[in-house]
Amino acid sequence: MKMNQNWWKILTVLLLLYTCIAGFLFTTPRLPILNESIRNLYFHVPMWFGMILILTASVVYSVLYLRNQKPIEDIRASQAAQVGVFWGILGLLTGMIWAHYTWGKAWSNDVKQTSSAIALLIYLAYFILRDTIKDEQKKAGISAVYNIYAYAAMIPLLFILPRLTDSLHPGNGGNPGFNAYDLDSNMRLVFYPAILAWTLLGWWIFTIKVRYIKVKNYLISKN
Amino acid sequence: MLVKQIWTLLWKDIRIEWKSPQTFNALLLYILNVVMICYLGFGLRVGQIGGLTWVVLFWIMILFAATNAITKSFLQESDKRNLYYYTLANPLAVLIAKLIYNAFILIVVGGVGLVFYVLMLGNPILDMLLFSNVFVLGCISIANTLTMISAIASKTQQSLGMTVVLGFPIIIPTFLMLLKASKNALDGLAWTTTQDELMTLLAINMIVIIVSLVLFPYLWRL
Repeated sequence: MKMNQNWWKILTVLLLLYTCIAGFLFTTPRLPILNESIRNLYFHVPMWFGMILILTASVVYSVLYLRNQKPIEDIRASQAAQVGVFWGILGLLTGMIWAHYTWGKAWSNDVKQTSSAIALLIYLAYFILRDTIKDEQKKAGISAVYNIYAYAAMIPLLFILPRLTDSLHPGNGGNPGFNAYDLDSNMRLVFYPAILAWTLLGWWIFTIKVRYIKVKNYLISKN
Repeated sequence: MLVKQIWTLLWKDIRIEWKSPQTFNALLLYILNVVMICYLGFGLRVGQIGGLTWVVLFWIMILFAATNAITKSFLQESDKRNLYYYTLANPLAVLIAKLIYNAFILIVVGGVGLVFYVLMLGNPILDMLLFSNVFVLGCISIANTLTMISAIASKTQQSLGMTVVLGFPIIIPTFLMLLKASKNALDGLAWTTTQDELMTLLAINMIVIIVSLVLFPYLWRL
């Protein structure tokens, strides 16, 4: 293993271990309703960060594809989108388990829940679009265009709409939350490394998926 | 130069529609049918259907009419003739002409639909002036968002299905804003309360139009 290239993988493992151990054992502020479930901050929220960052990477690869028309960029864009959607589903599930115990229902039509579900619908449509086009070059170009268009349309969904309506989420609409006054320095010590850890794990999965496709294409071209 | 091309293309589309108004008539009949089905389905006398249901039903009707109308915008003529237009004129002029034409046709068809809808199902809207403004802005927003989607979908085999699958998740923010603004008009609230929604709609439109203009040059060749 080349250390100068792969040091970040060791860092990922260490950070994940740290996130799990510190996330479950460190002290947290005692807040009403949230209680111990506040620890979900180290798992649920970083998964959303990871999703946004990896989907952003996917869009960057789509832009690169449109600029230089190299097939590898299209493979990267589609694989990053897959990892991003996987992270999104994990974020949704961890959120739903948490909501089951704090809000009483797994799905309560909260604005952030619905907008994340819609964001996932957009990317599922992206995969369907890729499946319907047979010609490789056409598929790459059209899906790159849709990827960028969908990402631009997702911005109002994820960043503007939740701010216009009250959400049940901690920190919104007068609910006790982690931000501003409540996120004490102890939680930050775990929260920021957790974001890095989950994002890096996603990036690691992404590189393996890309390599898998490359090897597969190589083997197909040899036979 | 660009403006002249846009105008020529727009005028061409309008003249085609004027000479053989099949699309327009089909759309009109579609809207009338939907209104009839809503009327009979709810089994109501005029004014029975509650305010919010009225608004949601109306916008869903417009959304489906828009999908029907706009899917055709890049399929109406053959692939080869579309390519011919792209070489004759600036491809961006083609896109902008389609954007304007789709918004125009949607406002006309939707306007007729609105009149019939009000006749059949009654009018619970208190602030009709605000509602008609929201209606025009909504038609323009829906047309803007779906035009680029229909350009993408026209490159695949099943265009109509793809327009819905690709377009509906993207149009939801616009749709929610329209519902909120219409709800304000329904309750006759002061115009200042609707400012937020209208500004968000304008912002979404700006994003969509700019991204469409940037991306279309990459799309038409494929």
